Amino acid sequence: MLRADSPPNPWFSWQYVERNRDDIATYLGQHVSLTLEAVVIALVVALPLAALAHTRPRFAAPVLGTAGVLYTIPSLALFALLAPYTGIGRVTVLIGLVVYALLVLIRNILVGLQGVDPAVTDAARGMGYGRARMLVQVELPQALPSIVAGLRVATVTTVALVTVGVVVGYGGLGQLMFRGFRSNYHAEIMTATILCLVLALVADVAIVLLAKAVMPWSRSARMLAETSA
Amino acid sequence: MDIVNDALTWFNDPLNWTGKNGVVELTEAHLRVTLYAVLLAAVVALPAGVWLGHARRGGTLGVVVANTTRALPTLALLTLFASAGLFGNTATVLACAIFAVPPLLTNTVTGLGDVDRDVVDAARGLGMSSGRRLREVELPLAVPLVAAGVRTAVVQVLATVPLAALVGGQSLGTIVVTGFALQNYGQVLAGGILVAGLCLIAEGVLAVAQHLLTPRGLRESSTPSRGWRRQRGEPSAVAVGAPSGSNSSMPGA
Repeated sequence: MLRADSPPNPWFSWQYVERNRDDIATYLGQHVSLTLEAVVIALVVALPLAALAHTRPRFAAPVLGTAGVLYTIPSLALFALLAPYTGIGRVTVLIGLVVYALLVLIRNILVGLQGVDPAVTDAARGMGYGRARMLVQVELPQALPSIVAGLRVATVTTVALVTVGVVVGYGGLGQLMFRGFRSNYHAEIMTATILCLVLALVADVAIVLLAKAVMPWSRSARMLAETSA
Repeated sequence: MDIVNDALTWFNDPLNWTGKNGVVELTEAHLRVTLYAVLLAAVVALPAGVWLGHARRGGTLGVVVANTTRALPTLALLTLFASAGLFGNTATVLACAIFAVPPLLTNTVTGLGDVDRDVVDAARGLGMSSGRRLREVELPLAVPLVAAGVRTAVVQVLATVPLAALVGGQSLGTIVVTGFALQNYGQVLAGGILVAGLCLIAEGVLAVAQHLLTPRGLRESSTPSRGWRRQRGEPSAVAVGAPSGSNSSMPGA
């Protein structure tokens, strides 16, 4: 491409950001709300499934297997399989995002539950804790570091995955990337990319801080670092 | 079930299978792009991983690389490369190769780094040189994890390539994207089935290949070093730390 022939097309342009502030805010908002909603729903679905797999071990293989198969289906294909039924738009993207977050969450919750020190569960049993009470009051709190690690991975992945929603016209910042590609507007693609990375980072830090607030006990920081490694 | 019928009709049309942009040609393109991307990533990641793992360094580097690429949307890289002047499948190969590096790198580093220190010490005591230790002791023990990394990378690239259809790359994803553009949901569904099928079949075939590649002595457990230690009855420090399934086999439990 000859520079003399074409108008300037910089990768970074503050002017673009200022002129399209409303547009960017709209898509950023869409991105954030989709991510939040997907991760929360996935967590709500994953918790009972992981608890089931933990308390009834014969369900562990089918639960993990199904989540694994769903996870293997490429996002584009999943949207293609869903769109004819759930239509073009938010619902399709949301279902896809939840499906992909499920495997990471179930796996991490299960590992956390299974990693609880047997001496602790023994002690709880000795104190007369029933199965349900033990799960809620002893095992789940002990599994929190692993759950948080899973939540971090799921959230960061979801932030990136939202962009694939462009195939059904609802991809948050991905819409800006795609529009920038269509009109060959470099600054638009770059701005959306940077915002995506920043959003992932902010979400990750937010979860870590939240986890620290929820788990004031001492080992949390070290355990977090270990389980995410 | 109109859409299912539409999809079946689409599958039944021989013109959709042969010729330009037929299923056969697109599958070939899909596999070719995947092969190039994985090879490109392997050329970079495997030697680097072997070097770092053999030197027992780079654990944190792997985590940083993995976390960064996880946050970077595929679509971002694809659109960036495509509008930077890389046309067609070149952008796809490059973008997919970048995403294939982390699983290859981290698994190779972990695979070599997790080889039991006692085993390496024994090899050194037998008078093996550093290179021979790597070739005859560390690499064979690392094979299961490296193979797992290759499998993850291949399946991930196979799943990423279809996205490139959005920026003009050729693959089975083209069928889906064209279907959406034409609002022909039968075709969309058919394309989705083809892409999902390809990935699930690849995952199955590679699982078998990984099993066959793993030396017989290591096949018992999926986490080689841990299982190996347990067989030798290493004291409880390890058994307590083992996260899953080992509780019942603990001597004191």
